[in-house]
Amino acid sequence: MSNELREHIIKLFGSDTRLDGRKLTEYRPVKVETDVTPNAEGSARVTIGQTEIMVGIKVEVMEPYPDTPNEGSIMVGAELLPLSSPNFEQGPPSIQAVELARVVDRGIRESKCLDFKKLCIKEGEKIWMIIVDIVTINDAGNLFDASSLGAIAAMKNMKFPEYKDGKIDYKKKTNKGIDLKDTPLSVTVIKIGDKFIVDPDSDEEQATDARLSVASLSDGTLCAMQKGGDVPLSVEDVEKMVDLGLEKGKELRKLVK
Amino acid sequence: MTYKERVDGRKFDETRKMEAKVGVIPNADGSAYFKIGNTAAYAAVYGPKNLHPKFLQDPSKGILRCNYNMMPFSSSGDRVRPGSSRRSKEISFVTKEALLPVLDLKEYPNSVVDVFIELPQTEAGSRCAGICAASMALADAGLAMKDLVAAVSVGRIDDKLVVDLDYNEESYEDGPVADIPIAMMPNQDKITLLQMDGLVSKDDLKKVLEMGKKVCKDIYEVQKKALKDRYGASK
Repeated sequence: MSNELREHIIKLFGSDTRLDGRKLTEYRPVKVETDVTPNAEGSARVTIGQTEIMVGIKVEVMEPYPDTPNEGSIMVGAELLPLSSPNFEQGPPSIQAVELARVVDRGIRESKCLDFKKLCIKEGEKIWMIIVDIVTINDAGNLFDASSLGAIAAMKNMKFPEYKDGKIDYKKKTNKGIDLKDTPLSVTVIKIGDKFIVDPDSDEEQATDARLSVASLSDGTLCAMQKGGDVPLSVEDVEKMVDLGLEKGKELRKLVK
Repeated sequence: MTYKERVDGRKFDETRKMEAKVGVIPNADGSAYFKIGNTAAYAAVYGPKNLHPKFLQDPSKGILRCNYNMMPFSSSGDRVRPGSSRRSKEISFVTKEALLPVLDLKEYPNSVVDVFIELPQTEAGSRCAGICAASMALADAGLAMKDLVAAVSVGRIDDKLVVDLDYNEESYEDGPVADIPIAMMPNQDKITLLQMDGLVSKDDLKKVLEMGKKVCKDIYEVQKKALKDRYGASK
């Protein structure tokens, strides 16, 4: 990232504006569609400005983990496809992809919105594993929030296939979905210079000093966080970022039914 | 037993419904989306750009790299594990060879053109859909091309010759089946991809290739229209 561009971004922030004319705490247009690919048990497409991701859910039946014999499980995977950006390369998941997947995973898992016991088919023998896969179609910044939105939207859209005689029949979808008690959503707040913004585009992401992803529930309870970037934050910074994250989380939550 | 009519009511020489769009991935130098029935493909082109490591470079011309990949949730069966498989490697390779004949990369020595094909949804004919999307994406990237490439699978189900086999037909069990994915340069009537598995007589092969030739021209019209829509050219 060139110093000139970074300085320009910071200068614009002084008059509450950004490279694309947005205010500091304004998202680009956000769109959430569900049921976008019929072979998945649940799916969603999220666009935030020019950023586009898809999320699809498949299920597997497996043996429970020994420490939780009566609980099913979820797994979140993310692929930063080389198709979606010149900066993404082929090969095993990069650390960026792993972090993205794990932040989305924790935002959902730790919210306790999902009753894992309900994913148990037979105690000690068979459980549902819900696999949420996030893929990028075009990366123009803020994959974190797009992925968090997409994962929740796809989970709400998901219907279990029939499971009979030890086999999944994908052709027969039941009308049973996943019970989600709330809608945990993650908002990533970025600090550049001494200002805080949401929904960074690619240039702003590169200029980032620090970021904080704040996952919250509809009543404002926090359920997961992740700091990124190599610049330290003060407690006051964190407070401000959390406030902004909660406020924006409320706005985004309206987009997920 | 004879194969009387197709499950979805199509004529034997009719493709599934097609949809094509060019310029769907803003980050890419060229991109396209192609959907046929329930099979959908995105393709993105990056390049021509410098090729590293250097020993891979060809000083006489640019090289083409293709990568075919099914998204984890794309299959109507179990989840597809991320990463390449023997199958996806082979398809990537034949895709490259299907596209190379229309390109002239002599102007780009030591360079590479990367084509990434991603399938969000597959239900038979995915390699052909990928090739259709990739050829539009190459045109969108502004590369000099002799022709587009249109691809479809043709074949035989029991006593009938058919085009664009769907999933039910590929797994038809009441009689012999042949599945023959082909890719053509529609303006030159040349075949750039030909694979086959199953059983078919020489005469039927000849007939079914002629059917494929005709259908590839229909596909070509869909591709051409998508490119014109993108660039606003009139008829």
